[in-house]
Amino acid sequence: MMMIFGIPAPLLFGQLLLGLINGAFYAMLSLGLAVIFGMLNIINFAHGALFMMGAFVAWILLDQLGIGYFPALILAPLIVGVFGVILERTIISRLYKLDHLYGLLLTFGLSLVIEGLFRNAYGSSGLPYRIPSVLQGATDLGFMFMPNYRGWVVLSALVVCISTWLIIEKTSLGATLRAATENAPLVQAFGVNVPRVITLTYGAGIALAAFAGVLAAPIYSVNPNMGTNFINTVFAVVVIGGMGSILGSIITGFGLGVIEGLTKVFYPQASATVVFLVMIIILLARPRGLFGKAA
Amino acid sequence: MTLSRRSVLTASALALTVPGMPRLARAQSATIKIGVLNDQSGPYTNTGGATSVICAKQALLEFGASNKDLNVEIISADHQNKPDLAVSIVRQWFDRDNVDMLLDVPTSSVALAVQSVVREKNKVYLNSGAASSALTGEQCSPNFIHWTYDTFMLAKSTGGAMVKAGGDSWFFLTADYAFGKQLQADTTALVKAAGGSVAGSVQYPFPGTSDFSSFLVQAQSSKAKVIGLCNAGGDTVNSIKQIAEFGINKTMKVAALLMFVTDVHALGLDVAAGLNLTESFYWDLNERTRAFTNRVKDKTPKNWPNMVHAGCYSATLHYLKAVHDMGAAEAKKDGVVTVNRMKAMPVDDDCFGKTKIREDGRNLTPAYLFEVKKPSESKGPWDYFKQVAHTPGDEAYRPLADGHCSFVKA
Repeated sequence: MMMIFGIPAPLLFGQLLLGLINGAFYAMLSLGLAVIFGMLNIINFAHGALFMMGAFVAWILLDQLGIGYFPALILAPLIVGVFGVILERTIISRLYKLDHLYGLLLTFGLSLVIEGLFRNAYGSSGLPYRIPSVLQGATDLGFMFMPNYRGWVVLSALVVCISTWLIIEKTSLGATLRAATENAPLVQAFGVNVPRVITLTYGAGIALAAFAGVLAAPIYSVNPNMGTNFINTVFAVVVIGGMGSILGSIITGFGLGVIEGLTKVFYPQASATVVFLVMIIILLARPRGLFGKAA
Repeated sequence: MTLSRRSVLTASALALTVPGMPRLARAQSATIKIGVLNDQSGPYTNTGGATSVICAKQALLEFGASNKDLNVEIISADHQNKPDLAVSIVRQWFDRDNVDMLLDVPTSSVALAVQSVVREKNKVYLNSGAASSALTGEQCSPNFIHWTYDTFMLAKSTGGAMVKAGGDSWFFLTADYAFGKQLQADTTALVKAAGGSVAGSVQYPFPGTSDFSSFLVQAQSSKAKVIGLCNAGGDTVNSIKQIAEFGINKTMKVAALLMFVTDVHALGLDVAAGLNLTESFYWDLNERTRAFTNRVKDKTPKNWPNMVHAGCYSATLHYLKAVHDMGAAEAKKDGVVTVNRMKAMPVDDDCFGKTKIREDGRNLTPAYLFEVKKPSESKGPWDYFKQVAHTPGDEAYRPLADGHCSFVKA
């Protein structure tokens, strides 16, 4: 058997693939964060809680209304996105003129409240959510046994990430968005309703988190703490990729997933820390992050 | 309202003459205070949490009904699985709030951290939630009773059954803290003593790990026959879910070394069916356990009691009996004396039946090995387990001499 650094090659390839799968979640979550930060200048700490809400809404749809996984993949992001719009209109929009820190504190508080409410209603052990029957089973790739569902996660994450990037960078809608962040009064003078654009952007960022939440529901137990496990890493991803950089967050998300996956083979105890180690090194060498623009 | 000097004088004069007043003052000074400390917001909320507090209060309700002269108060706090936070809460409870008995305290790292504080303040510490067998071994204390279960008993019951069924090579998936390491050590000793071997292990960061797939693939490539899960609560739920997803359970046997009925509820029977696990209490064991569960289940309808919750009930009940026996004032004075009184008295309650508390503080509860039912076998809510084996209390735990507890005379 071929060995790489004393690890059998098939095991290493397997870990690379698994790293990509986790990276898919990091990429989707950090993408939403980057969009929100880039457009609204809000450091959205509630992202983890809204990711969790996405998973819970999918569970509730199935449990209460019998609505299955695929409709939930559309419905849950819509529902949570609307919730995000309401949050933005009623609470968050009041903070745009203040320092970043206020937005951070507010959204952090919101996430504690949201998680607390779900914990109170559903406990913390988690709720079962089954993998849809079409995606059950696994494929033998030769070097590892690949669950079909995980393959689906990577594919759909890639599709979502790339289309988001395309919409923002290549369409006229995206151009309006970017222009509105650069110079809101000027864009408003052209007849664009800038506050509405911003609200919808926040809603879309939240919908991305909820989409990731639905994708995560069959893999992890649906529980109120599921977002907190991700959110710290995801923030590190955004910082490493460069605050507000869309492409940066996608590439860094997948990349860090792989680095974390490899750490799990060589020194598992450090797997939760390695992301932050990378963050420190990047910040020392490139304070703007890998893809950040000069301020 | 303003107070005149005369009314104050009249009031104090009255206080001296009213015969009820001094008695009231005495009763107040001898209020027994119980502090339930556990995880109320993190991964172990359902295995302990509010249901532990409800069960402790149930014991008080039942005991207080026939012993109205005892004044008892139960308070609780969330330790968030942080040893430093727990130590400061416990110090505050002892120094400021006059707490006499500390109850539950899951998460072995936390349980071990508060052990020395309780000993220093000479209070009573009845642990139901934590698993580490070090609590009655090298880290033992005369102020301490380990009530419900421990890592040795889990290793012997679940691990022993696995080895007996031919699982002689193991790979461990271990939460990287006191509990996981102790459970792995205790199970390793047992597997090796039975002639088995350990093919490898992975220690993952706790808390904060939710994806176990990398570790599971490593486990599979080790070619071991059994994957031993040395974790608990949400981590166990997630790892079992992912074991099924990756088809690991087709080539390896899964030993969930610590799993509660609440975890099975979270997993769902379609994923959990066939797993073996050990608890010292299950609601549907016998008439008495069913009677107990019927009394409390309406107060915690979404989270029926598991062994940790039952332990909180049983420990509180026995503590109150001892306190009543020796007098509240006497019990407040000296934690070691109270614990010794508890050890001398036979324990008997609806949850565990008759048990005995050993010299080193080990309550010898029986160990039941269960198999999780298939969805088709489950007849009603929370009907999850079939009993496979039963180990009586005096055989279930580590022999006294092997624990090397400092205050136990050899």
